[in-house]
Amino acid sequence: MSLLSVKDLHIHFHTRNGLVKAVNGVNFELNKGETLGIVGESGSGKTVCCYSLLGLLPSPPARIESGSASFEGKDLLHMPEEELRDIRGNRIAMIFQDPMTSLNPYMKLGAQLIEPLTIHSDISKDEARKRAIAAMQEVGIPEPERRIDCYPHEFSGGMRQRVMIAMALVTEPDILIADEPTTALDVTVQAQILDLIKKLQDKHDIAVIFISHDLGVIAGCADKIIVMHQGDIVESGTTDEIFYKTSHDYTKKLLNAIPTSGKPAAASLDTNKGQEPFFSIDQLQTNYDIRDGSFFGNGKKEIHKAVDNVSLELVEGETLGLVGESGCGKSTIAKSIMRLVNISSGKITLDGKTISSLEGEELKRARGDFQMVFQDPYASLNPRMTVYDSLAEALNTQSNIDKSALLDRVVNLMTDVGLPAQAIRKYPHEFSGGQRQRIAIARALALQPRLLIADEPVSALDVTIQAQILDLLLKLIQKYRITMIFISHDLSVVRYLTDRTAVMYQGKIVEYGETEEIFNKPKHKYTQALLSAIPIADPDKERSRERIIFSPE
Amino acid sequence: MLKFILKRLLQAIPVLLIVITITFALIHAAPGGPFSAERAVPPEVIEALNAQYNLDDPAYVQYFIYLKNIVRGDFGPSFKYTGRSVTEIIAAGMPVTFELGFYAIMIALTLGISAGVIASLKPNTIQDYIPMSLAMTGICLPTFVLGPMMVLVFAIWLDWLPVSGWGYIPGDKILPALTLGFAYAAYIARLSRGGMLEILSQDFIRTARAKGLKTATIVTRHALRGGMQPVVSFMGPALAGLLSGSFVVETIFQIPGMGRYFVQAAFNRDYTLILGTTVFFASLIILFNLLADIVTVWLNPRLRDNSNSGN
Repeated sequence: MSLLSVKDLHIHFHTRNGLVKAVNGVNFELNKGETLGIVGESGSGKTVCCYSLLGLLPSPPARIESGSASFEGKDLLHMPEEELRDIRGNRIAMIFQDPMTSLNPYMKLGAQLIEPLTIHSDISKDEARKRAIAAMQEVGIPEPERRIDCYPHEFSGGMRQRVMIAMALVTEPDILIADEPTTALDVTVQAQILDLIKKLQDKHDIAVIFISHDLGVIAGCADKIIVMHQGDIVESGTTDEIFYKTSHDYTKKLLNAIPTSGKPAAASLDTNKGQEPFFSIDQLQTNYDIRDGSFFGNGKKEIHKAVDNVSLELVEGETLGLVGESGCGKSTIAKSIMRLVNISSGKITLDGKTISSLEGEELKRARGDFQMVFQDPYASLNPRMTVYDSLAEALNTQSNIDKSALLDRVVNLMTDVGLPAQAIRKYPHEFSGGQRQRIAIARALALQPRLLIADEPVSALDVTIQAQILDLLLKLIQKYRITMIFISHDLSVVRYLTDRTAVMYQGKIVEYGETEEIFNKPKHKYTQALLSAIPIADPDKERSRERIIFSPE
Repeated sequence: MLKFILKRLLQAIPVLLIVITITFALIHAAPGGPFSAERAVPPEVIEALNAQYNLDDPAYVQYFIYLKNIVRGDFGPSFKYTGRSVTEIIAAGMPVTFELGFYAIMIALTLGISAGVIASLKPNTIQDYIPMSLAMTGICLPTFVLGPMMVLVFAIWLDWLPVSGWGYIPGDKILPALTLGFAYAAYIARLSRGGMLEILSQDFIRTARAKGLKTATIVTRHALRGGMQPVVSFMGPALAGLLSGSFVVETIFQIPGMGRYFVQAAFNRDYTLILGTTVFFASLIILFNLLADIVTVWLNPRLRDNSNSGN
């Protein structure tokens, strides 16, 4: 008999705006020590399905219409709350997507770590603390005796996810549900966390349900996979069956949506060595002040070099990829160019004009030449302005256009980004994430910029949508001959899109050159580590490869 | 943190100076004086009195004499209560007002937080609507309506509690404390509900539920600390408002507290007493706000670590 068997699960949300059928007839079996991957895009019902197992769905509006989930012969879905509480966090534990928000910021790690033990068994506080320290040790947190008394904000994202894993596994559960556990993490950290989950799973013989939108991640860890789309299971089978004998069109679409590395970049690059660079950054340095932290601290200043002596040159029409992990300074470079932060030293020139020293009116006028697309299309559009207002505002900042010409321009912009002209009177919340990013691109292009900075423009979007937005960006920069700096942590996207790539590490550029060159023959150790950490959507390659670990000095 | 506290205390000096200046200008601009009375007093007597209290000097001279005395900690003699200094009057009235304020704030916190937490657990259901409608009533009902109503019901009809007084008959402190506390309980209930709703929607509450914790444990251990932050920031101005605003309740229930002197002083043009009580209340407001800020930082470990850079 299998450990967990879910049969014919139907979950509906009864909302004010009508009925949403989130899960329509999900079936799966999970055996001891096995890993089940659930793949799908946002809204596919994969998370809802797993939350229902632990009674974590908000009800109302969620209602389990039918089905059963039998765990050791008992139905999790129709169990009294007290009984379910004994199982949750004890026999079935869970880790979540965002480690930055999933730990209680008001409590010390120790107090949070011992909680699953103290509520599920009659263990003394001292004993629980010892076990918590051992669990921290096991997930690879250095100096656990000292760090158990830290607060979550003193930890990095990767370390917090390790704490989450320690907290989930401290009671030695039978099943671990991992809901996109590495989505919010850097690629090298993601690789470490995936290895850690695998190691602990083998050691303690835990069954894992791994929810992800990333087929690369799933390929490496799952034994069997179910693919979900809008509440339905469209395909299920062993990992090899799904990847090598794909039968359903939607699965094929998912697999093809991943920008496969090696596609020839569309923009042609004529690197005339003697040519004056169109855009250049010369010895840029941007510092942040950090003050001494403690409660009774003396407030002494320390300087953090976010961008440390960076120089870059771009020819007109070129696309440069800027890659690196969070905190490496890539977004600070973008902000420095945009003049959103004060630079400490260095010079930035665009088409012969030194934009780093412009002030007041001059700067305001020049801003039209360099524009930016931001990461989160949900947060970067004003929710109280219609699309027309947002775009017209951008157009009006630089010149006074009369009303009918303005309308024409806005409609043109909408056509350019592939949105219907009628949509201009709508508000941002009426659009999907992909559509909003199209609007954000239209806003950036409104002033016909010469340089476009795209800061992780697709990382908040589903894979199938990502491909569309990337193609749109590519089409537009070619059409208007825009020079682009493309910032991303996703290396396959960078490879797909860019002519040259700069790899950043701790504020410095460690490697810089033609994109294909860097991906095929990475010279710097860090680049090698970064490349080896990318999950590949190919189970055979994923199982057999080795990761390079980079340790500075 | 020490530096932050010192800085805030230094900032208090100009604030107090502005308060003194404005109050001084206003009371001197108001018609009449401390010795205007209905019955005729010989002009010589008035003149002698004016000379005795420096009232015959130009206003700016009086202002500087007053400032000089304040620095020495001397609020001067009261003009109306002959023979008593302002410091003595404050010292006599303040303990009563403080005691009343303390009971009231305890009632407000207990009622308000419980109502807010209960409402936040099941938003937009009957469990939310009932405490929140009560809170709305509390906010709408002024103390001068609520006070007499309570007297009517509990003292006269039911005859459970005394009508007025302070410490004369057992139980006479209950009605005034309830009256004063209820309006603040209402505000606190609304703030707690908002704060708790915000915290309860956070990811880490989901984590706590996934651990298998009971709702009661989640509320007390995981949510309350963060959810109470709006209440804590409100406590500064609330405590100050409670003390300076207690005169209505003190008048209704015949309580010999500070609030009545404050109001009487304004009617009597008792210059020194007005200034003295104003300075005293202003200092309290500054102090309570500082305390609220310190508690806010202490409650939130993330703020604790950059409390220096923020200021």
